[in-house]
Amino acid sequence: MANTPYTDNHGGTDVAPPPANTKIIWRTFIILCIITGFEFLIAFTMHAGPLRVAIFVGMTIIKAFYIVGEFMHLKHEVKSLIWFIMLPVIFVMWLLLALMYEGGSIFQLR
Amino acid sequence: MAATAATTDESVVFDKKAWMGGVEPMNASYGKLMMWFFLISDTFTFSALLVTYGLIRYSYPAYSPEIHGAVFHFSNIYWPIPDHVFNALPFLHGLNAPLIFVGLMTFILIFSSVTMVLAVEAGHRRDRQDVEKYMLWTILGGFAFLSSQAWEWSHFIHGTEEGSTIRELVAGQWTQHTIFGANLAENQYGPPAFADLFFFITGFHGTHVFSGVLLNILIFYRTSTGMYERRGSYEMVEKVGLYWHFVDLVWVFVFTFFYLV
Repeated sequence: MANTPYTDNHGGTDVAPPPANTKIIWRTFIILCIITGFEFLIAFTMHAGPLRVAIFVGMTIIKAFYIVGEFMHLKHEVKSLIWFIMLPVIFVMWLLLALMYEGGSIFQLR
Repeated sequence: MAATAATTDESVVFDKKAWMGGVEPMNASYGKLMMWFFLISDTFTFSALLVTYGLIRYSYPAYSPEIHGAVFHFSNIYWPIPDHVFNALPFLHGLNAPLIFVGLMTFILIFSSVTMVLAVEAGHRRDRQDVEKYMLWTILGGFAFLSSQAWEWSHFIHGTEEGSTIRELVAGQWTQHTIFGANLAENQYGPPAFADLFFFITGFHGTHVFSGVLLNILIFYRTSTGMYERRGSYEMVEKVGLYWHFVDLVWVFVFTFFYLV
């Protein structure tokens, strides 16, 4: 991020701490709270079904995007690091979906 | 000669400076990169637990009003609806407050994640006082979450006042007995696997929160003794911050898969 006042400080500069730059952090926090609130709304108003599950999973992925991207700063890392994290996670998600489907098949066979 | 021409071409591409040290692969320092490596392996462990949950959950029937009766009640033949399992609040006995307490826990953890990222940001500015302040808030949030979880577990283990009556076929005879609460073998809320997965998944996450709090306390101690100031870099705050955010991230997934879906 260009406007983050990150200093490497290998030179050990003795300057007074610059003012805090926290706007984006609080914005991310508000987004996370709104999404969680919306999840609650859906949990109480919508009937259980595949659509509800899909909405919950989708919102979780959005929340994960904000936590990993902004809080863990991954969005602002180099591309190779982003992919090194993303690729295994994508395959794990695939495994999760595949085995949920498999669980449904076990239920059918019982 | 062709071979010499090839070597000179290679020496143009070969950047000597990249191999002389001081270069950080992926533009991240050694410690941060190792923390990412650790987190990705920890992701696999948590995914294994969540994948297991998904498989077992969908191999059980879901509650359906047409088959199991219009009013929901706990039974060991179908998977329980989480709203009916996690509906209690401390000090408010008998009140039906579905998912409110879990929502509070989620909020606590997200908030402590925010104070952690504020501490990291303060570390970038080398503002020691701010780092101390936000680390204390983060530690407080960690303790608040852990105590909430302790209450949640205690309630889950002790169960409701009515309990659930379970009919079982023991040695050819149908027997009936009432179960209160849950442990690894019996569960008043649903199939025993539901309680097993609850204990394993939230327990494993709670262990992570606990070690995160210990690391946060260590960071706070080292900040307040001026260790990072002397070192000239607050990068340790950032590394532990990565771990703390990961713990928050896992909770987001546990919250969805265990309490909402």
